[in-house]
Amino acid sequence: MTTATMAPPSTSLRRVLGARETPVLLVLVAVVVGTSMVNSRFVSRQGVRDLLLAVSFVALMAIGQTFVIVMRHVDLSVGSTLGLASYVGVVAMRNLPGVPLLWLFVAAAAVGIVVGLINGVLVAVLKLPALVVTLGTLYVVQGVQAIVVASKRVNAADLPKSVVDLGINSFLGIPYLMWAVVVAAAVAAPIARYTRFGRDLYAMGSNPDAAVLVGIPISRRTIGAFAISGLCAGLSGALFLSRFGGTDVNAGIGTELSVVAACVIGGVFIFGGSGSPVGAVIGALLLKVIGTALPALSIKEFWQDAIIGALIIAAISVDRLVVVRAERRRRLESRR
Amino acid sequence: MNAQPAVRRLVSWDVILLVLVMVMFIFGNEVAESVRTDATVFNTLRNVGEIMLIALPMTLLIISGEIDLSVGSTALLSSCVIGKAFEAGLPMWQCAVLGVVTGAVGGAINGVLVTRFGLQSLAVTIGTLGLYRGLGSVLLETNTISGFPKDWVAFGYSAKVFGFLPKMWLLIIPVVVIYVVFLRYSRTGHAIYAIGLNPEAARYAGLRVRRIKFALFVATGAMAGLGGVLITLRQASASPIAVRGLELAVIAAVLFGGVSIFGGRGGLFGVVNAVLFLGLSRTILRLAGVKPNVLTVVTGGLLLISVVGPALSARLRALPLFSRAAGPAERESRSEQTRLPDPERL
Repeated sequence: MTTATMAPPSTSLRRVLGARETPVLLVLVAVVVGTSMVNSRFVSRQGVRDLLLAVSFVALMAIGQTFVIVMRHVDLSVGSTLGLASYVGVVAMRNLPGVPLLWLFVAAAAVGIVVGLINGVLVAVLKLPALVVTLGTLYVVQGVQAIVVASKRVNAADLPKSVVDLGINSFLGIPYLMWAVVVAAAVAAPIARYTRFGRDLYAMGSNPDAAVLVGIPISRRTIGAFAISGLCAGLSGALFLSRFGGTDVNAGIGTELSVVAACVIGGVFIFGGSGSPVGAVIGALLLKVIGTALPALSIKEFWQDAIIGALIIAAISVDRLVVVRAERRRRLESRR
Repeated sequence: MNAQPAVRRLVSWDVILLVLVMVMFIFGNEVAESVRTDATVFNTLRNVGEIMLIALPMTLLIISGEIDLSVGSTALLSSCVIGKAFEAGLPMWQCAVLGVVTGAVGGAINGVLVTRFGLQSLAVTIGTLGLYRGLGSVLLETNTISGFPKDWVAFGYSAKVFGFLPKMWLLIIPVVVIYVVFLRYSRTGHAIYAIGLNPEAARYAGLRVRRIKFALFVATGAMAGLGGVLITLRQASASPIAVRGLELAVIAAVLFGGVSIFGGRGGLFGVVNAVLFLGLSRTILRLAGVKPNVLTVVTGGLLLISVVGPALSARLRALPLFSRAAGPAERESRSEQTRLPDPERL
C-alpha cells in the first residue's frame, strides 16, 4: 500500500491521483451514453433531476467517509446519524424562532459532529478498531433515534415550506441539494489535497507507524476526520429531510454500506492512503446511475444490489492488481 | 502476588458473562412480570438459533484475523434458494441441503477472494453482502414463498422438547459442542490462534494459513446457510427481505463474548454465553414492553462497553499513578501478557 507515497512527488503523484478517478468517470460516461442510446428517455430533464436528488445525500456522506477511509479506518455509523439528525432537525425547527432552514442545518450538523467526536475519541484515545466502535455507535444512535422518533412520522405537510422547496427546486437545471454536494466537494477536495490536515490523513493511511515517527498528531487528526464524517452525515440528514419531505424511525437505516461502496468504487482505497472526495462523489453517482439504468435497459431492478456488490469486488480486485504489479516492477528494478 | 492470577482468572470476562446470564435468567422474569420461565427460555433460544450457529465459525474466523460481513446476506440467499427449490417441487430435505450448500459456496467465494487474490476480508465481504442479497432478490423478486411442510415449520417454530427447549436446538447443541472441542483441543484449533496472533510466523512454522482460512470461510458460509434454513422454517416463508442486520448481531455477540477484533484472542465459552445473554436481555426487555427498535441501544451499548471497558482499564493502569503502585516487575509481566496468548485459553 506504500507504493503511492513512494513515488516521486508532483507530476507522478498527480498522474496516480488522476488515474484513480478517470476509470470510474469513464465507466460512468459509458453507462450514461450506452443507456441513453438504448433508451432516449434516460437523459431526460426529469430523469437527471431525480437521479441527482437521489444521489445527493449518499454523495455528501461519501465525501465525509473519504476522510475516514484514507486514514485506514471506516465509519459505519453514518446511516443512523443521518436518521437521527433529520429528526432532531425537525424538532429544532419547531421549537426555535427565526429562520427554520438555518436551524435545520445547524441542528443536523450538531448531531453529526457529536456522533463523529464520540467515534473519533473512542478510536483515537482508546485505540479501538473503528469498525467495532462505529458498529456500536450505529446501533446506539439507531436506538436513540427509535426512542426519540418512536412511532411519529414527519410528513411534508408538517414541514416549513422552505424545507420542502429546497428539495424540489433547481438552479441551472441542477437541484439545490446537488449544489450542496458540489459546494461540499469543492470545500473538501482542497482540504484533502493541499492542507496539512489532509496530507497527514493520507500519510497515516499509507503507513501508520511512519506517521507516528514523523510526529503527526495522530489522535487529533483521527478525531478531526471522524468529526468531518459525522458532520457530513448530519448534514445529509437535512438533505434527506428535504428530499423526501419527511422522516421516520427507519430513515437512513442501511445507507452506510452504499456510502462505503460509493467510496470504494470511486477509487478510495479501502486500505487507506489514496482516493479523493471527488472520486467518492463520482462513485456515488455511478452507483445510482446503474440503479436507474437497469429499468431503462429493461433489466429488472432486482439485479441492482447484485451488480453493486460485484462492482465493489471488481474495484478492490483492480486495486490489488495495481499494487501487486507495482511491487513486482519494483522488485525487478531493484534486482537489476 | 501468588493469589492474584487465580483471582484474575475468577473475574475473567467469561465468568462475568456466565454470571450475567444467570442473573438475567433468575431476575429477568421479575422485571418482565412474566410467570412463565420456560416460555422465556423457549422464546429466547428460538430467536437466537441462527445467531448461535453463525457466531461459532465467526468466532474462529475473527480469531484467525479475518471477518465476514456477508453472513446475513448468505443466510438470506440460502432462504431464497430454499424457497425457489421448494416452489420447483423438490422434497423439503433436498431444499434444506441446497440451502446449506448455497451458503458453503458463498463462503468459498469469500475464501477464494481473500486467500487466493489477497484481498482484505472486510472489503470483500462488504461486496458480497450486496452481491448475495442481490442474487436473493433476483431469485424471488418480490414473491414470498410459503406452504412448507407442517412438521418442518414446527421444527423451526413451535416444536419443543422437555417443555422449554426448541426442537431445533437438538441440532444446534451438537454443533456447539463440536466447535468448542475443535477450537480447544484440536491442532487446527490451536493453529487458528497462532495464525491470528502472527500470520507470518504461523506460515514459517509450517501452518497452512491460506487453507485453514479458506476452510473457515466455507464453514462460516455453510453455517449461515443452515441459519437460512432455520429462518425460513421459523417464519414459515422465504422472502428476499426476511433478514436484516443479522451480520451485525452476530459480530456484536462474538465481540461481546470477549473475542479480540485484532485476532488471536478469545474463546467460544464467552461467545456462547454472550449469544444467550443478548438473546435473554432482548426477550425480557420485549416482554417488559420495550419496542424492538429501541433494543438496538442495548445491543450497541453492550458492544461498546465490552470493547471500551477493557481498553479504558488498560489505559488507567498505564497511568503513572497506578503503575507505580504496581511496581516495575508487575508492569513488565503485564505488558508481557498483553503480547502473548494466555495458555489457559488455548
